[in-house]
Amino acid sequence: MPAEATEKSTYKIPIGPIHPALKEPVMFEFEVDGERIVDADVYLGHVHRTIEWTGMRRNPVQVLYLAERICGICSYCHPMSFALAVERIAGIEVPERAEYLRVVQAELERICSHTLWAGVAAHEIGFDSVLFLTWQVREKALDLTEYLTGNRVTKAITQIGGVRRDITKDMVPKIEETMGFLKDNFGKLKKIFLDDKTFKMRSQNVGVLTKEDALKLCAVGPTGRASGVKKDVRIDQPYFAFSELDFDYVTPDVLTGEVNGDVYDRIIVRLLEVKQSIDLIEQCVDILSGMPEGDIVAEPKIAKLLNQLKKAEGDGIGRMEAPRGEVIHYVKMDGHEHPYSWKVRAPTYNNILPWIPMLKGEQIADIPIVAASTDPCMSCTNRVGIVQDGNRKMYSGEDLHELSVQKTRRLMQ
Amino acid sequence: MSREQKLSPEEIVDSFTKEFSGKITDTKVERHKIGPSKLEMIHIWMTVDRSVYKDAVKHLMTIDEETHFAVGSGYDIEDRIEIINHFSIYFGKKGEEISINFKIPLPKSDPVMDSICDLIPGALISEQEKQEMLGIKVKNIPKDMRVFISDDFPEDMYPWRKDEMNADKMGRNLHEHDKIPAAKVPEKKEDEE
Repeated sequence: MPAEATEKSTYKIPIGPIHPALKEPVMFEFEVDGERIVDADVYLGHVHRTIEWTGMRRNPVQVLYLAERICGICSYCHPMSFALAVERIAGIEVPERAEYLRVVQAELERICSHTLWAGVAAHEIGFDSVLFLTWQVREKALDLTEYLTGNRVTKAITQIGGVRRDITKDMVPKIEETMGFLKDNFGKLKKIFLDDKTFKMRSQNVGVLTKEDALKLCAVGPTGRASGVKKDVRIDQPYFAFSELDFDYVTPDVLTGEVNGDVYDRIIVRLLEVKQSIDLIEQCVDILSGMPEGDIVAEPKIAKLLNQLKKAEGDGIGRMEAPRGEVIHYVKMDGHEHPYSWKVRAPTYNNILPWIPMLKGEQIADIPIVAASTDPCMSCTNRVGIVQDGNRKMYSGEDLHELSVQKTRRLMQ
Repeated sequence: MSREQKLSPEEIVDSFTKEFSGKITDTKVERHKIGPSKLEMIHIWMTVDRSVYKDAVKHLMTIDEETHFAVGSGYDIEDRIEIINHFSIYFGKKGEEISINFKIPLPKSDPVMDSICDLIPGALISEQEKQEMLGIKVKNIPKDMRVFISDDFPEDMYPWRKDEMNADKMGRNLHEHDKIPAAKVPEKKEDEE
């Protein structure tokens, strides 16, 4: 047999653009040697919806509702970051009460997002009973969101200069009840995710991102913090009323005393952040209950607000710590009705490149859990084509999921 | 300079203007009062000549070796394209982070700037995006291909441009769907069938 025929032992598998472990269509191309991933490459942009182009043709208040539709899970962070940027350009001061109300909504969104992610992570390794348990807990947080904002997903609570709905004294018992429920269940979830043998087997030393790589590739949010990068906009450059509240960076060493940067560490960070968010909401509700009622928005008349914004000129950036990491919006206003320029940067944008070092050296069956561990945006099922010796073999999303489930079972034997 | 000896915003601006005399202009230190206790949030803006842009990033990395590149934004105005690259330094301690924004004007006749991917590999997607959205050229970019726009999108149209090179005619509404001319498909020759 000629030597060349035996030398090439790797082949390429594309995953995506649509895949169960990916919230937004993203395409990966893996070079694999047997079961092991040798190299990975990422291709983006399959759902670019020209949101920014559209936003440059809308007035700032209309942009809020457009920004809300960038992402169903971060439907608060995006309009709020845009509002922060515009407030800085126009010099709008937000009333104190609104600053605390903004924190409550931001943290409630974090609880919903992290518990959603935890369920997905359980599903990816084939532990579906935990998926249902986690989402049952999340349901309560969603009910509270609905109670406070009127909506479960696109909350429409943001306004430039404040928020649109207050939390009155009669709403406090419901918040306390939900927080109590979440705290009661937190211990149970923590035990399952951090002590269960199956979770440990599938997540420890899998998908490792070193601190150096996290810094070089600009990882943000829990993905960066799980690798030991202390970066959290809420603390680094506090916005809203975060400067008044008592909390600290969540890195895995808080719990285990060491940082490995693996999937397990990313689970730790997200779980502890749920606890932290519950605590922050309680701190805010305490302060809000003791505060006299007051304005929740700087300018309640929209026409007047728009008139003021029409005259605003300058550049501004709005940054927020979304559940998945830093969201940054750049806005340029030039004294016209519409923003002159608007750039949105969601955290997944920065957490895409870290996937490459995380996936190198792992097995095909680890792709779903490693890809899901950065909490990318989620999408529906599709097929994976494996090209081997010029022959194309199709793996459906279910097949790949099945591979992952089989790996868990194999490890348990 | 290490993270223990942090420079004040004014010292940072000074070190840049001294290091790159005449090439750094329009420096501005914004102090936004945030939250009930009116804590200061610091944003530094400076216009950087493209000839020293990469060196400016290197200089920023000597001020803080853990410099974080957030993203680049940009727009075209009159005869130039302005790219704004947002960085943050000194994160990791409460309230100490500083946002640094470099504005890099490029003439439309020759919109070329240097890639910083060899210094900060995480800048790749942002640089690719600026190329396809604004029609600039990033020199020495490691992966010179489109990232968000599909490969069949016309080559001389840039969605964020406001001049004649914009992509407005590619915009479509569902109710106008029938009015959009069909994509050009090369005609099949009869003998190929």
